[in-house]
Amino acid sequence: MEQFFQQLTNGLAVGSIYALIALGYTMVYGVLKLINFAHSDLFTLGAYLGLTLLTSMSLTDRLGPVWGVLILAVMVMGFVALAGALLDRVAYRPLRESPRLSAVVSALGASIFLQNTVMLIYGARLLVYPSNILPKTVLHLFGLDIPLVRILVLCVSLIMMTGLYLFIQKTRIGTAIRAAAIDQGAARLMGIDVNRVILLVFMLGPSLGGAAGLMVGLYYGQVNFTMGWGYGLKAFTAAILGGIGNIPGAMVGGILLGVIEAMGAAYLSFAWKDAIAFLVLILILIVRPTGLLGERVAEKV
Amino acid sequence: MDNKTLLEVVDLVVKYGNIEVLHRINLRVGEGEIVTILGANGAGKSTTLLTLSGLVKAGAGAIYFDRTSIHKLPAHDIVKRGIAQVPEGRRVFGTLTVQENINLGAFVCRDAAAIQKTQEWIYELFPVLAERRQQLAGTLSGGEQQMLAIGRALMSQPKILLLDEPSLGLAPLLVKAIFQTLREINASGVTIVLVEQNARAALRLAHRGYVLELGNIVLEDSSQALMANPKVQAAYLGGESTR
Ligand SMILES: Nc1ncnc2c1ncn2[C@@H]1O[C@H](COP(=O)(O)OP(=O)(O)OP(=O)(O)O)[C@@H](O)[C@H]1O
Ligand SMILES: [Mg+2]
Repeated sequence: MEQFFQQLTNGLAVGSIYALIALGYTMVYGVLKLINFAHSDLFTLGAYLGLTLLTSMSLTDRLGPVWGVLILAVMVMGFVALAGALLDRVAYRPLRESPRLSAVVSALGASIFLQNTVMLIYGARLLVYPSNILPKTVLHLFGLDIPLVRILVLCVSLIMMTGLYLFIQKTRIGTAIRAAAIDQGAARLMGIDVNRVILLVFMLGPSLGGAAGLMVGLYYGQVNFTMGWGYGLKAFTAAILGGIGNIPGAMVGGILLGVIEAMGAAYLSFAWKDAIAFLVLILILIVRPTGLLGERVAEKV
Repeated sequence: MDNKTLLEVVDLVVKYGNIEVLHRINLRVGEGEIVTILGANGAGKSTTLLTLSGLVKAGAGAIYFDRTSIHKLPAHDIVKRGIAQVPEGRRVFGTLTVQENINLGAFVCRDAAAIQKTQEWIYELFPVLAERRQQLAGTLSGGEQQMLAIGRALMSQPKILLLDEPSLGLAPLLVKAIFQTLREINASGVTIVLVEQNARAALRLAHRGYVLELGNIVLEDSSQALMANPKVQAAYLGGESTR
């Protein structure tokens, strides 16, 4: 039982990180019907930027752990959002009227470019986050020993996801994003500047992805330039699992995938944990081709 | 009609790729008028309206609205200036609620009091929409979706309302009701451009009409004159001339 709950909490924490990244894939897919392959590299960028800002500005020394990490997170999210906006302007917007395949190729190119840029700047070796940032406190909850950091990762992710959800569902701009995802032409007839909606989506998604990168750095303590690959693939899987284009779907899909993976690793085989995750994806897609919450079939691409 | 010109289309050419579908067409719509554009399938009616709204770009020629040229503006700016469109096929946002669709119609307005007033008016025009506020638009009947599309377009408080085949797929009684509502909307000061295949209903409602054939304006006259025109009767009114 003890192991079950340890794996469950661990799966929830990792899954919430997948969910944060998955939101970026799903939102871009929602409005552009395009898989932004470079999204995983923006996640990596977030992890590295976090490390740089943390060490160069010694934020936590000056402001204490709480404010230090908070300010750090805001800066990382801001910078990665800018990178996302730049990505849209440079790699996608010029191809808005072109065949979809051009944009897919551009996405792959942007991904390779970003990954190599990170490698050239930071080197190919693994880098280590300072280990004294977050408290090593272990909480005793219901007879279990759970690291505080794990709870923090889960809570912070949930807060960000709730914030995004409320923004999308309740605000005027959020409704415009949903409208543009349904029918761009009709959205333009409402007076919505669809290019600006897309730009906003390319800032929101990457800012969450960047935050996820920062959390991975803080949680696991190390980063390398290929880290985006594994996380990106998992998050993409999570987005499909939940129904790509569907925002609550990405959240549910990410958390579910994290838990399944943790359970599979614990009870079946650690070496096969990735295979187990994909097996579950295949099974769910056989039963529900549109994903758990998806209404539309993921057509094209 | 000697009223002030609100919308003027001058020598408009529109192409899709290399294929020219509108060949230097000219239109004039006076303030307060109801003008209809009749034409067979593929004549270019929808293309004309989409170009007016900026969703399709003009290849040559010009469009003036309130005396300023708008054919180079992006679609969202055109809405802001007071041109709203009820597009062909309604295109309501099916997975959003009726109320959210209505709210989106007012996307360009920032005056909460005015929005509230317009909304009340729309729910008076179409009481069934008020009852279904929280329902997803995609679950409405075809007629209700058409009402929603019209209500949504009116939420931007347009000076001119463009409608693309609002009667399509609706029962005759419902068409009558919707056209009656269009008359009311016009009486409240909104100029209307109505594209229709249902020529009889359209000419009864409109003050003037244009006939579009294969991308050319071939006729332009008052509704009465068009209804009396043998060519129009033969081609668009089901040969009523034979009596
Ligand atoms: N997106 C497009 N790309 C290429 N050609 C198009 C496009 N849209 C319309 N056309 C062509 O332009 C011509 C005019 O089409 P349009 O939709 O404006 O006609 P319409 O008068 O609205 O017809 P209908 O009564 O069937 O709605 C047609 O020959 C059509 O095939
Ligand atoms: Mg048409």
